[in-house]
Amino acid sequence: MAKITYRKAVNQAIAEEMQRDDNVFLMGEEVAEYNGAYKVTEGLLDRFGAKRVIDTPISECGFAGLGVGAAMYGLRPIVEFMTWSFSLVAIDQIINNAANIRYMSGGLIHIPIVFRGPANGGVNVGATHSHTPENYYANVPGLKVVCPATAYDAKGMLKTAIRDNDPVCVMENTILYNEEWEVPEDEYLIPFGQADIKRKGTDISLIAHGRAVLAALEAARMLKDEEGIEAEVVDLRSIRPLDIDTIVESVRKTGRAVLVEENKPFCGVDAQVSHVIQDRAFDYLDAPVKRVSALDVPQPYNDTLEKMVLPDAQRVYKTCLAIL
Amino acid sequence: MSSTATANESTASADGVGAVALAPVNARLSAEEKIELFRQMVRIRRFEEFSIRAYQQRKIGGFCHTYIGQEAVAVGSISVLGADDHIITAYRDHGHALAVGMTMNECMAELYGKYTGCSKGKGGSMHFFAPKRNFWGGHGIVGGQTPLGAGLAFALKYLGKSGCCLCYLGDGAVNQGAFHESLNLAALWKLPVIYIIENNYYSMGTSQTRSSAGSPLAKRAEAYDMEWDVINGNDLYEVREKTEQAVRRAHEDHAPAILEMQTYRFRGHSMSDPEKYRTKDEVEERKQNDPIILFRRTLEEEGVLDEEAAETIDQEARAEAKASADFADQSPEPPAEELFTDIYKDDAQLRASLEAQKQKL
Ligand SMILES: Cc1ncc(C[n+]2csc(CCOP(=O)(O)OP(=O)(O)O)c2C)c(N)n1
Ligand SMILES: [Mg+2]
Repeated sequence: MAKITYRKAVNQAIAEEMQRDDNVFLMGEEVAEYNGAYKVTEGLLDRFGAKRVIDTPISECGFAGLGVGAAMYGLRPIVEFMTWSFSLVAIDQIINNAANIRYMSGGLIHIPIVFRGPANGGVNVGATHSHTPENYYANVPGLKVVCPATAYDAKGMLKTAIRDNDPVCVMENTILYNEEWEVPEDEYLIPFGQADIKRKGTDISLIAHGRAVLAALEAARMLKDEEGIEAEVVDLRSIRPLDIDTIVESVRKTGRAVLVEENKPFCGVDAQVSHVIQDRAFDYLDAPVKRVSALDVPQPYNDTLEKMVLPDAQRVYKTCLAIL
Repeated sequence: MSSTATANESTASADGVGAVALAPVNARLSAEEKIELFRQMVRIRRFEEFSIRAYQQRKIGGFCHTYIGQEAVAVGSISVLGADDHIITAYRDHGHALAVGMTMNECMAELYGKYTGCSKGKGGSMHFFAPKRNFWGGHGIVGGQTPLGAGLAFALKYLGKSGCCLCYLGDGAVNQGAFHESLNLAALWKLPVIYIIENNYYSMGTSQTRSSAGSPLAKRAEAYDMEWDVINGNDLYEVREKTEQAVRRAHEDHAPAILEMQTYRFRGHSMSDPEKYRTKDEVEERKQNDPIILFRRTLEEEGVLDEEAAETIDQEARAEAKASADFADQSPEPPAEELFTDIYKDDAQLRASLEAQKQKL
């Protein structure tokens, strides 16, 4: 199977869905003529034209809301945020409008829109540009939130998001854009609410989402090499809907869980996952559930400090040893 | 290249070339003061060149937006301010920082992420602050500073001070809702805030004509019955003259205003910009209006500056910038404890949780 970058996978997903459905269009800052601030949308303007690949002014609130309005009338917008940090300018449109209009209209209207872009720290751009808001958006009934960790997942989940009839937030990662994974040539879709066991194991469950999955996989390798421990790595892939069954099944099997995320810990995604585990697998636990999250501090600019903020394999490894 | 003619036109449309220099705010400048203004611009230029070099050597990371080409805007406008006047800007903030008197050392060290930086290495290029010098940042979210500028003006008026706030923003930032809301608040409540649009004709790779309806940008003020003007932002005297008028109105009547300063950025948006959205010819043509060269020529014509003096200033600025890079290089990294400080002013109840995290490091 050919390997492609995460960036290319996202690009292919958008192109294939635009090819399939004329009502799908893409808009965002620098997506067209500049080929995307991170070159994710390269070639799309040439292929689909300016009617469907649209450069916007720096007006996130305006174009996100415009997308919601267009979706009400039946179009299927893909709204790119240059980064999810900038979605905070548009949060009212996403939460009050995209998420709630279906409910408030008693089901008369639905909003088939995708909001997408990278959401990550780790690139020395400071506190305002490093937000990981999957927990804020996942807190809102009416929104779906997915955080693909690989090119394979990114492509399959973005295609699903575009065909989904409700608002979906797709959170990518600039650090992953250049990484390559095997991606099949043939079309595939990845349904939401299905976690993926990225590594099978029997001794401890490492449950992660987004780029933290890679730290968990690396920690699992270290546990195997250095301690002979078989860790299972569960990639949540989708935050809402959350695949509770896969989480519970894994923890019931291993009896131990370490939750790994780049999200901030306080009211973070893994606070929810931890709750699910105590609720559904309490009697199977041989140790308390542990979390390895970003530190509970704003993102520092300094490179050395920022590396300490984000979880890495070493921290995951040490945390696992503490409960094994 | 329809957008590029305007900067020249605005000079021509004043009372004829040369007349601008006679405005009282410029006429009363001593030779030393004029040379000082020239020096400020040269210092910014050389500082930025060293920051680019350090970025290429990977000593600076993240984003680094240079001010090269726009020096006359910050230096000219800030030079007319008094003790109670304040400044706030976006992420392209190195020029404003130096113009308010921040040292090259603290600025360069911040770019290097060092402990000796103005924000101890925690803010980075886009987030410089110096409240003691009436400089309130350095803001990374496009348009995010515009309500803050109105808020600073509100506080000044509330406290009975006679000062005003200069709030800078880019030509791309004018399309943020926050800016429009701020304009209405400023006009409705008569807040002494002057919005200075630094129109460098591009927001990243988008030319100004592709992002904004209506021209000139400053005309948006009319909807709010607010004063506005379009200024050659490469002409230091003109910047001073027009800013001084607006500042005076703000002091006397709490009148807000929009001043559009037309200028150009000579370098890419940040450090990794292939600049395919504009031609080399366009950039070269715009460099003919280099604000530093223009002002140097003016001062030479006035007999205030000669080639030798200009050279000396340049050498000194280079040496100072080089020294700041050495200073930054040799400065320590912020210690890990710094992760857990400066989050709250009053963190008594949160200290325990922060300490617990520190223990785990
Ligand atoms: C809300 C928000 N959206 C997008 C960005 C990314 N971004 C940073 S600078 C920039 C262009 C701004 O252009 P302009 O206002 O003209 O200022 P200039 O860079 O020319 O100084 C963009 C889109 C951001 N920082 N904040
Ligand atoms: Mg601009």
